[in-house]
This record gives sequence, C-alpha cells and structure tokens, in this order.
Amino acid sequence: MADASAKQVLFEPIFSNNPIALQILGICSALAVTTSMNVTLVMCAAVIAVTAFSNLAVSLVRAQIPGSIRIIVQMTIIASLVIVVDQVLKAYAYEISKQLSVFVGLIITNCIVMGRAEGFAMKNGPWLSFLDGVGNGLGYSVLLLFVAFFRELLGAGSLFGVSLMPVVNEGGWYIPNGLLLLPPSAFFIIGLAIWGLRVWKPEQVEEPDFKMSRHTVKEAF
Amino acid sequence: MEHYISLILKAIFVENMALAFFLGMCTFLAISKKIEAAAGLGIAVVVVLTITVPVNNLLYNTILREGALEWAGLPNVDLSFLGLLTYIGVIAALIQIMEMVLDKYIPALYAALGVFLPLITVNCAILGASLFMVERDYTFGESVVYGFGAGVGWALAIIALAGIREKLKYSDVPEGLRGLGITFITVGLMSLGFMSFSGISL
Repeated sequence: MADASAKQVLFEPIFSNNPIALQILGICSALAVTTSMNVTLVMCAAVIAVTAFSNLAVSLVRAQIPGSIRIIVQMTIIASLVIVVDQVLKAYAYEISKQLSVFVGLIITNCIVMGRAEGFAMKNGPWLSFLDGVGNGLGYSVLLLFVAFFRELLGAGSLFGVSLMPVVNEGGWYIPNGLLLLPPSAFFIIGLAIWGLRVWKPEQVEEPDFKMSRHTVKEAF
Repeated sequence: MEHYISLILKAIFVENMALAFFLGMCTFLAISKKIEAAAGLGIAVVVVLTITVPVNNLLYNTILREGALEWAGLPNVDLSFLGLLTYIGVIAALIQIMEMVLDKYIPALYAALGVFLPLITVNCAILGASLFMVERDYTFGESVVYGFGAGVGWALAIIALAGIREKLKYSDVPEGLRGLGITFITVGLMSLGFMSFSGISL
C-alpha cells in the first residue's frame, strides 16, 4: 500500500477496514471501559495518541531495527509511550485514571498498536504511518463510543454523566436496564454492530465453513 | 490455606480473565475454532502466568515499589512508573527463555505449544494479571496462586468457546452475523453464565 493516498490511509480503517469489526484487533482492553462516555472518550484519546506516535516512531527507526529483535524494540517504544500517557492522566485526570485502573497499562498489549506497528509502520514512511495510526485509532474509537453510547444511555439514562432520561430511583420515569452495565452486554452490542456493518457492506461477510443443503423433507418447508 | 483456596476459586470463576474482564480477547476469538488448538494455547497461558506473575511480584516488591530500594541505600526512590516497561520486558524475556528451555529439554511439549508461545507475549491476560497483582498488593504466595488460577480460568473459557464453535459451524446463521458476529454473541451468553458465579462470596 506504499502508493496509497493519505486520505485513504486515514479514512479506510473507520468503516471499510475497521480494526475491531474486521481485523479482530484490540478488543481486549476495550470492552470493560465502555460503561460511560467520559471514561471511553479518555480511553479513545489515549489509544489514538499511542497508536499514532508509536507508528511514527517505529517508522522513523524501521531501517535501523534488526529483524530478529524487532518485536522487543516495538514493545519498548510502545511501553514508553504508554507510560507517558499514564503519567499525564494521573496528573491531569486522576479520577478517570482511577476508573480506568489497569486498562491504561493494557494499551501496551492492545493488538491494534502492535499490529499496525508491525503490519504498516515497518513498511511505510513516517507521515503515512502517523496517519494510519490516527485512522486505526479513530476506527477503534468509533466502535467504542457507539457501544458506550448505548450502554450509558440505556443502562444509566444519561450521557457524559448528564441525566437525559431521569431514572425511577431519583423520581423520574425511566427504569434503567441494569444488564447494559454488566460485561456481557458489550459483547451483544458489538455482535449486533458487526451484523449491521456487514449488512451495510456485504463484501465483509465471511465464507461459511459448510454450505447448508436444501431441505429435502416435506415438513421442513 | 483456606485463604488460598478462596483466592484460586475467585480467580478461576468469579473474576474469570476472559469472561469478566475481557482480557486476552484477541487470541480468545482468533484461536478458538478448534478444540486442540484452544487446549494447547490454554495450557501455555497457564504455564506462562504461573511463572510471570510471581516474578513480577518479586521485582515490584524488591526494586520498583516506593522505598523498596532501601537495601541499596536509596530509601526515597520510587520507580513504580517504570512498572509497565518492566513487566512487559519480563514477560517477553521469560517467554523467550521458556521457548529455549522447552525446546532443549521437553521437545514434546514444545512441539505441542508450537506457535502459541511467542503469541502469548501480546496476550493482555498475561500483562493484565501482573497489573492486577500490583493493584491488589498480593504477597508472593498469593501471587503464585493467583497467577495459576487466572490461567486456569482463561484456559477453561477458551476450551469451552472452542467446543461451542465446533458445533456452531454446522448451523444456519444469518449471513451478516456469520463468523465474528455470532462468536461475539456466544461469548456474551457465556459471560452471562459466568456472572452467576459473582453471587458467591468467598
């Protein structure tokens, strides 16, 4: 993809080649932080920053890295960036960094960062790699914010901590759906989101392992 | 003793790495198409976790923690910000060493684990367990038990999912939901099942 245009590199990962929905990357550290929009937004910003700058750094030194130790070098670059992000969050957004707990640290093993560094930044120039990092970070953010939107709105009746649908406990009318604040709901929402995305863009549908044979028994019709 | 038993049960069921904390999801979804592969990966995760969590615990308590360098005459040094870099370094190095040792002395196990060993470096369940260990201030003994329990929990979850997916591929799934979509929903249902353990207080 060396001749890919900057715009393509930036926008392709958002819907056409979404890192979560299609590449199965970076699901790990993400799902637990989607119970409220605030926390999710901070997490997304952190991931975009780390992906973009790690791509940039890896791309700058790509000619110097010996092939056999490249994973360790990439890991070190990524880990250093995550430490910076972690310290910044602790200094300026302490409350949110407490809520994110270990998940900021887990950006290191977020496969998006590693996957893009290995798959794109090792082969492309610094500017394109930087854009690719931003694009993939955005693709990840779009899906994450989508999940968080539904979980916070239906689970707690609010968005960004501002109450939109007053809940019954506080004298309102909305009975919150507690399931959406529990972990399993994130899986359902992502599963359904992938379904929606694939109905919209049918070329992403996977080939079945087995073709269903036609019904041969009369009652089955 | 009772304390350790409750800790291990908690790590396996109540706080299941994969289904309650979503850790190690990428490999969890990618390598769960066949039971044999899933079992191989599961065993590798158990082994790696049981070793890395205690080692990181030792490092944290003797070098990184605030005031831990007192034995070296530096009582005011707090290196805990280097934690992330240290843990991932330890994990990557240990996995490399394990690979070499297994290759030399237990080739059968090495062949069975195959490509899964290097893959584990980027499995968030491994780093996650180390970070949880630090956050919850486990002692050395507790960290051994916790590492083992967390690994077994993850292995159980991936083997169960692989079993379900092996059956699932014969079923007639709506087109857009095929593959990844239905897998997500299956994992959601499994996670719902595991939530029932959270009522148990140990």
